[in-house]
Amino acid sequence: MEEVINTKGLRRVFKTRARAVEAVAGVDLHVRAGEIFGFLGPNGAGKTTTLRMLATLLPPSGGSATVAGCNLLTQPDRIRERIGYVGQAGGSDREITGRRELEFQGRLYGQSSAAARKRAAELITMLELEACADRKSGTYSGGQKRRLDIGLGLVHDPQLLFLDEPTTGLDPQSRARVWDEVRRMHDRGTTVFLTTHYLDEADALCDRVAIIDYGKIVAEGTPEELKRAVAGDVVTLAVAGDQQRALDLLEDQPFVREATLDEGSVLLYVDRGEVAMPAILRLLDGAGLTLMTIGLHRPSLDDVFLRQTGRSLRETAA
Amino acid sequence: MKLARDTGLVFGRYFGLFIRNPAWVALGVLQPVIYLVLFGPLLKSISSVQGFPPGGAYNVFVPGLLVQLGMFGAAGVGFSLIAELRAGVIERLRVTPVSRVALLLGRALRDMLSIVVQSLILILLSLPFGLSIHPIGVVITLGLIALIGLMTASIAYALALWARDENTYAPIIFTSTLPILLLSGVLLPLGLAPQWLRNVAALNPLSYAVDAARAVFRDHLSDPSVTKGVAIMLVLSIVAIAIGARSFGRAVA
Ligand SMILES: Nc1ncnc2c1ncn2[C@@H]1O[C@H](COP(=O)(O)OP(=O)(O)O)[C@@H](O)[C@H]1O
Ligand SMILES: [Mg+2]
Repeated sequence: MEEVINTKGLRRVFKTRARAVEAVAGVDLHVRAGEIFGFLGPNGAGKTTTLRMLATLLPPSGGSATVAGCNLLTQPDRIRERIGYVGQAGGSDREITGRRELEFQGRLYGQSSAAARKRAAELITMLELEACADRKSGTYSGGQKRRLDIGLGLVHDPQLLFLDEPTTGLDPQSRARVWDEVRRMHDRGTTVFLTTHYLDEADALCDRVAIIDYGKIVAEGTPEELKRAVAGDVVTLAVAGDQQRALDLLEDQPFVREATLDEGSVLLYVDRGEVAMPAILRLLDGAGLTLMTIGLHRPSLDDVFLRQTGRSLRETAA
Repeated sequence: MKLARDTGLVFGRYFGLFIRNPAWVALGVLQPVIYLVLFGPLLKSISSVQGFPPGGAYNVFVPGLLVQLGMFGAAGVGFSLIAELRAGVIERLRVTPVSRVALLLGRALRDMLSIVVQSLILILLSLPFGLSIHPIGVVITLGLIALIGLMTASIAYALALWARDENTYAPIIFTSTLPILLLSGVLLPLGLAPQWLRNVAALNPLSYAVDAARAVFRDHLSDPSVTKGVAIMLVLSIVAIAIGARSFGRAVA
């Protein structure tokens, strides 16, 4: 399948007065044409930095990349014509109306003023901004503002759209609207590369996901593949007193693939939960440990993250 | 040509922002009026001081006021840029194929235009008070002030892109413009100054602009200091535009 983004060893170091931070530490990505690709990771993992490099905003410190068929290092101008980018902060000016912003953006991509006006009207209808299009964007609701910002990335109908945390800070309803919008772009054949620190977003919206932590990709695949690779089931339990004793007891059992402590409970990755549960109960009973809670769930992307990094994304994501 | 088209677009955006805001427009007109109303009355008495240069009081002071207007008017333009950086506007513009030179020049030309209009208002308002100036002198003066505005705005934008934050930008811009202005003889002619101050001023490019403006206001249009001042400002403006455009091209973080 054709790859819209291909990176090899992409790196970015930020030098501050005190020290150098390797924000992106050798990233290899393969994004296929037409897919919704999710870049999942906690705050500070290097998602924005990677995106800004791929969108020609920030020169890489090392590595190479092809974006939309062009070389990132030698053809940034051609890449700019083919991609859209919606940053974390958005990009619309509070003092300007949505319609003016959309028209101006179209003009920057070389459209005539008639074409820009027509395209802006189309996007206003498509993104359901009719009610506010002629007001200054400073007066918009969070959801309206985000849809306008997404519209600014779409004026030239790019083949590849970057969205940096498109739903962060939105209420559930606006969030669902943005998801719908992303799916509609997908249906029209646009490749969407989005970052998120929401597990459910990566799971529900994305065809494929790469998990990034401390500037490195720790896992990549479809959400299903990633979850299947973790284990069959996850058992979460807590005993009265020290969890460590329960962990010591259970981690060497043959039916336990992996065991960790997380937020005062024990997490066990097992092949078949319904078989493991009775055995766990017997073992704890025999050791004189009092079970307080026990639960069984299918692995989530958080379990993938936890297994790869030893930390939970729920804790690290702010 | 793409550069001209893009510059026009960017200029249109920022000019529109300015003209649609009545408060900015009112403030822009009011500034030169304040200069005249609050400063003008002082001129009557001071021109009789010994050592005061020849020519009417307004012909001595207005050129200085204009240079000051050109520099102060443009020094603060970085504040709006910092707000735009924060809102992601600059990244959004930089990710389009728009010319990086146009991103700077479009804005700086808007700033330049408002300074030129303010200067013209100041000159026109001074005429009833006894300012006398040849029409060609007005053109030369406005050109000179335009270059000062263009240069200062370009540097201010480059500085704002580097500082990224009002608390870094403000002290730098204010502590640097004040000595530059004082050391250019903008308030009182440096003919009144001690020798050491005059030596320092000779290193200050802006003092050549002030000299040029003063010569124009004395009707010495063919004075070599006029050509010299305009040439120096022209070269510095081009350098400043190059620096500013480069900053837009590489704006990091
Ligand atoms: N301009 C910068 N200067 C210095 N450090 C930076 C800069 N931008 C990002 N960083 C650092 O790089 C790391 C990755 O940041 P970022 O890519 O924004 O993460 P994310 O988007 O995943 O939250 C962080 O440690 C951040 O502090
Ligand atoms: Mg980020």
